Amino acid sequence: MKETMTERRKFFLTIARATGLAALGGLVWSAYVDEVTANSLMLRPPGALEEEDFLKTCIKCGMCVEACPFDTLKLAAPGDNKPIGTPYFTPREVPCYMCTDIPCVPVCPTDALDITKVSKPNGELDINISKMGIAVIDTKNCIAFWGIQCDACYRACPLLDVAIKIEYEQNTRTGKHAFLKPVVDSDFCTGCGMCEHACVTEKASIFVLPRDIALGKAGDYYIKGWDKNDEKRLENATSQTTKTELSKEKAIDSLNDMEGLLDD
Amino acid sequence: MIKNKYLILRRITQISLMTLYFGANAWGWTFITGNLSSSLILGTIPMSDPYAVLQMFAAGAIIASNVFLGALVAVVFYGLVGGRAFCSWICPVNMITDSANYLRRKLGFNKIQKRQPATRNMRYWVIALSLVISVGFGVAAFEFVSPISMVHRGIIFGLGFGWAAIVVIFLFDLFVLKNGWCGHICPLGGFYSIIGSFSLIRVKHQEEKCTLCMKCKDVCPENQVLFMVGKSSEQVLNGECTNCARCIEVCDDDALNFSIRDLINQKTKGDEL
Repeated sequence: MKETMTERRKFFLTIARATGLAALGGLVWSAYVDEVTANSLMLRPPGALEEEDFLKTCIKCGMCVEACPFDTLKLAAPGDNKPIGTPYFTPREVPCYMCTDIPCVPVCPTDALDITKVSKPNGELDINISKMGIAVIDTKNCIAFWGIQCDACYRACPLLDVAIKIEYEQNTRTGKHAFLKPVVDSDFCTGCGMCEHACVTEKASIFVLPRDIALGKAGDYYIKGWDKNDEKRLENATSQTTKTELSKEKAIDSLNDMEGLLDD
Repeated sequence: MIKNKYLILRRITQISLMTLYFGANAWGWTFITGNLSSSLILGTIPMSDPYAVLQMFAAGAIIASNVFLGALVAVVFYGLVGGRAFCSWICPVNMITDSANYLRRKLGFNKIQKRQPATRNMRYWVIALSLVISVGFGVAAFEFVSPISMVHRGIIFGLGFGWAAIVVIFLFDLFVLKNGWCGHICPLGGFYSIIGSFSLIRVKHQEEKCTLCMKCKDVCPENQVLFMVGKSSEQVLNGECTNCARCIEVCDDDALNFSIRDLINQKTKGDEL
């Protein structure tokens, strides 16, 4: 009898130990995975899926990195504090030079770099429609906003006068000169980072951020006036009505309600 | 026969493969591009880590035909030559754990700690756990922690702090658990154990030649698969055998050799039982 009890006990203890170890390992592992995939400031190669899908789909083989002729792309190594093994680029060091044959995309075995995202409807490759990020200008430190005539970013932009335009404005501080201010058009900016690479300030005053970080969203409550096309944006908008119950008391009573004004 | 012929061959395979990968990244060689997660051989044959693809599938990724084909090639290839041939002939971590194990034998750690406190079935639980976490977090869970990938990616694309992973595995195998990483925890090894369960190239033991010196069991990284040594003449059919051939080399009696899986006799033997 005693023998069977110890066997039984041993069995339950083994099960408990296995479950406990699995829970321990599973929690540590989950926490780690959650942490390392949390970096939202990654600039991905052209044609990359949305970050969440990209992390699911990229097998971390580095073929895009090998295909890149400018050594723009790097694989995140341990210690880089980026989702490990995934490709990214740092424009201030090496920007994307926007090869017209886009060698990094077709080599992707998992389609985490999706060729349809950098192809025209007729199937022809077009790097100019890629959306790697969006250039953002720090107008306090950009010297063009001080009145200095610098158009380094404007000249460096592969979509010259399309993705970055120059706006002329009178310099009211001196009263005699003009501002030549660079302005980014997010409809056309590819996020290649050639502007960030070219920026002359000590730390770049124009820099590329992921689009979902840097761009806002107007939502369905606002519409552009005098623009028929903007109505299309609201075609799938949903409306929401709320009902507030009417008070049965007379409006004048609210003036005589002393509660809350008196102590106790 | 040259002593340690297979060991030398294995090291040559492991190092030259890593060199080819490194050359592909550094100098644009095209013999084999990518890394052990997914490669392209001679610009045509895809080969992908089937376990990584399985995790991606669990994470909810759409599996592209290229990587699926690559995984299939790997499954068929390792299914034929012995699943864990990957572990002993290809994987660079093998060199780390082998050296830890070598030191363990030389320093006599194995004599102090004879019983290992952990089960070798742990790796199958790790596989299950990795799939659960992949489903839960929507990413290939093991690929974000895998020291195997850290090492081969590190060699090919730059190590970063990956050296820490190497040191951790080395110290773990040396001081904590004999064959700890490759023989107990590594889910990729477990995955290839399953794939290789039916593979054709097998070590065969001839009991009549055996002098019971037990050198083979001493050197084997998965010595539970050699249960038949000195007891009966049969093939090592357990998928956990890595086909590393160390047992063949250390045997002074020619009692262990490579053979092709004997499908016919295996069946008749099954009938007798």
